[in-house]
Amino acid sequence: MPTPILMPALSPTMEKGKLAKWLKAEGDVVKSGDILAEIETDKATMEVEAVDEGTMGKIVVAEGTDDVPVNELIAVLLEEGEDASAAEGFTAKAPPKASPKKEEASEPPQPVAPASSTLAGEAAAPAAGGEQSAAAPAANGARVFASPLARRIAKQNGFDIAVLKGSGPHGRIVKRDVEQALKDGVPKAPAAAPAALPPGMADDAVVKMFEPGSFEVVPHDGMRKIIAQRLTQSKQTVPHFYLSLDCDLESLLSVRVRLNDAAPKDADGKPAYKVSVNDFIIKAMAMALQRVPDANASWTDGGMLLHKHSDVGVAVAIPGGLLTPVIRKAEAKGLAQISTEMKDYAARARARKLMPEEYQGGSTAISNLGMMGIKNFSAVINPPHATILAVGTGEKRPVVVGNTVEVRTQMSVTLSTDHRAVDGALGAELLGAFKGFIEEPALMLV
Amino acid sequence: MSETSFDVIIIGAGPGGYVTAIRAAQLGLKTAIVEREHLGGICLNWGCIPTKALLRSAEIYHYMTHAKDYGLSCDNPSLDAAAVVDRSRKVSGRLNGGVGHLLKKNKVQVIWGEATVTKPGEVVVSKSKKPAMQPAHPDPKGTAGEGTYKTKHIIVATGARPRALPGLEPDGSQVWTYFEAMVPPAMPKSLLVVGSGAIGIEFASFYNTMGVDVTVVEIMDQIMPVEDAEIAKLARKQLEKAGLKIMTSTKVSGLKKAKDSVTAAIETDKGEKSELVVEKVISAVGVVGNIENLGLEALGVKTDRGCIVIDGFGRTNVSGIYAIGDVAGPPMLAHKAEHEGVICIEKIAGKNAHPMDKGQIPGCTYCHPQVASVGLTEAAAKAAGHELKIGRFPFIGNGKAIALGEDQGLVKTIFDAKTGQLLGAHMVGAEVTELIQGFVVAMGLETTEEDLMHTVFPHPTLSEMMHESVLDAYGRVIHM
Repeated sequence: MPTPILMPALSPTMEKGKLAKWLKAEGDVVKSGDILAEIETDKATMEVEAVDEGTMGKIVVAEGTDDVPVNELIAVLLEEGEDASAAEGFTAKAPPKASPKKEEASEPPQPVAPASSTLAGEAAAPAAGGEQSAAAPAANGARVFASPLARRIAKQNGFDIAVLKGSGPHGRIVKRDVEQALKDGVPKAPAAAPAALPPGMADDAVVKMFEPGSFEVVPHDGMRKIIAQRLTQSKQTVPHFYLSLDCDLESLLSVRVRLNDAAPKDADGKPAYKVSVNDFIIKAMAMALQRVPDANASWTDGGMLLHKHSDVGVAVAIPGGLLTPVIRKAEAKGLAQISTEMKDYAARARARKLMPEEYQGGSTAISNLGMMGIKNFSAVINPPHATILAVGTGEKRPVVVGNTVEVRTQMSVTLSTDHRAVDGALGAELLGAFKGFIEEPALMLV
Repeated sequence: MSETSFDVIIIGAGPGGYVTAIRAAQLGLKTAIVEREHLGGICLNWGCIPTKALLRSAEIYHYMTHAKDYGLSCDNPSLDAAAVVDRSRKVSGRLNGGVGHLLKKNKVQVIWGEATVTKPGEVVVSKSKKPAMQPAHPDPKGTAGEGTYKTKHIIVATGARPRALPGLEPDGSQVWTYFEAMVPPAMPKSLLVVGSGAIGIEFASFYNTMGVDVTVVEIMDQIMPVEDAEIAKLARKQLEKAGLKIMTSTKVSGLKKAKDSVTAAIETDKGEKSELVVEKVISAVGVVGNIENLGLEALGVKTDRGCIVIDGFGRTNVSGIYAIGDVAGPPMLAHKAEHEGVICIEKIAGKNAHPMDKGQIPGCTYCHPQVASVGLTEAAAKAAGHELKIGRFPFIGNGKAIALGEDQGLVKTIFDAKTGQLLGAHMVGAEVTELIQGFVVAMGLETTEEDLMHTVFPHPTLSEMMHESVLDAYGRVIHM
């Protein structure tokens, strides 16, 4: 028999509380004494301990839910050998209201009426909200047509069925599509599958705000869709924070001149390399990650991936979008090699000829808008990266050195950081190490 | 002479052929169908339909002889074999005429005669050399005749005929096939049915109900060998209770004919021999495809074990030549032929056709009790490596079944334990042939046990047993 887990009373007077956090997910093995969840009352936060052992069968009340009455069913624990279906008879008596931050991908948050519809005096129900009870809404909130069996197999294998294309009647997703996907490994890992997103403003609602004929509609290409999907996912699921500082470039610029002047020339007088400031930045970031290895990380629910090498992505703007090819093991590469690889990547990125393995992975990225005169900005982390460095322009600024004001070439950088993987102090340490290498490039030799 | 050039010519107007022709016409193709004997084919002239008419007579006769069970009296019920057969022929005749009407309504040109495919794109029709099985229905009117016809596509839908085993060759008088068994001049005193597939068991059940002393001999170790073993065993128990004699793992090794009787040499798989003297023998040992005399050999159309080899869309290895139905391989069932024909013609017409999933073709046997099934048997599901959840619900727990006086039977459902996929459903008992389609739809839509549990089944019906069987597979059965 599945064991119901009820909302505990943390004090004799407690009537209801907030289910702050689940520490066990559905499917996790639970041992007696394990901490299952954190409950908050207006006075305190307490932990809920498991009394029985088993497997977490079903989470009935999502984390973030306020005002859960004491003795309400919050989850179901399965005994050994019971499958998830055994937990299905259990439901909360009165489903409490959940705050917007909640639950897993397959059960999207209730849509919030867009402010515009209220402004326009329309009914509050958003256009895309009609099918929200469907188990798997597509990224745009529309209903996904899929057989129950296909949905279940997808769920058992931990991916969102909305990413598949159906081969059944009228594009219905059927078992063979899921099995094919499992075989081909397309949306295999949960991390690789873009999570279903809560619907934004419905297309119709946006279009209605503009005079007909005053715009043209450009259909999205695949790259645009992926940018939209991945960056929305990143901003919604990755807790970003930002660290900024200025780097002095004087030393770097003079080293760069000397290096480039010393480049051997071939028969035509063409130098063997011409390193850019950006090549130094790539190398410095790679070295900084080696200096602060805990920041060379990727977050997964199962555990932190701590990378051995510094694989640094570099955002390359191309017509209609951008790509982020990755310089692998940049810590072990010389500036000339980084420079050559970057030139090749940039050329092939513009021709859209990069192979997936050339732009997938990595633990950090560089986004440099300095050449456009941008002073500073903050970039969106591209998972599975834990950080991204936004690089501003190198410019002469008045700087206080000692007690005098000097004119020096300065560059502002902002590190966006995934707080799940890298905390504030660690991020600061990484950025400090980066600054050290930029301001004294010779240190990269040690 | 009428039109001689078509988009598609279909050879054979059985259930596969005529349905394909109507669908072709709906799709706007100029369509002709060649038939040498009877519109509707074996199915509605000498198979599915007239046997159902016979079995209906048997069913009513059974109720008459059991009227007392229902508080009624029916003294000295008797049967008139000639009138029973006559009714069966009339039912068949009505549908035969109906097919002619449907073809005409859809502007399908019927060409009367025997077809030969001379080359891709050309069919020569000559006078039929095969004498029509009597009593035959009148030939349709407005047909075209002998001649050479041009067409873009040729669909072979020539069906199948009874298999003749050496030593058991039908002779039309003492050793019958389904043709003769359909129109007995009188009820024989005793009957040996060789083979316990759907055809054999249905005739055995019919004659047994009509008071004939019937023995069924089956070479496999269960009757209805394609059915789930548990279901077949229950059916056997009921059939034996009704008086049928059944011998499994046994074969008929030879027949000795005398003037008014046939002596069959019978041998079990353990080598035990015996003899059985009967008035008539029905050979029901399967059917073989009609692939001969069509010109297919000369064109190099690939065949395998008496059937034309096709892909999922009915295409043979020769471009422009297609095959559907019995002639294109098992399972040899009218509904499979119809479906295969529609897929074939839709593909030809450029529609988005999907190949048929042969694992989801239901099968029905109209003996008493009836047997119906779809999908994998328990043994096949195990052999395929599935972990199973099996539900069973007996008729004895169903209110409607008890009210009907039909409290013997079982609904069995087989699920994949991991995914909840419905792998198979097997039933024995009253009216189960009308129930199975519910599970066929469920399987086709890929429902899981959860969806079936959430489905409302009307009360009081036999269909509630389908629900209960699903519930039982997951330990939630109510009325047990």
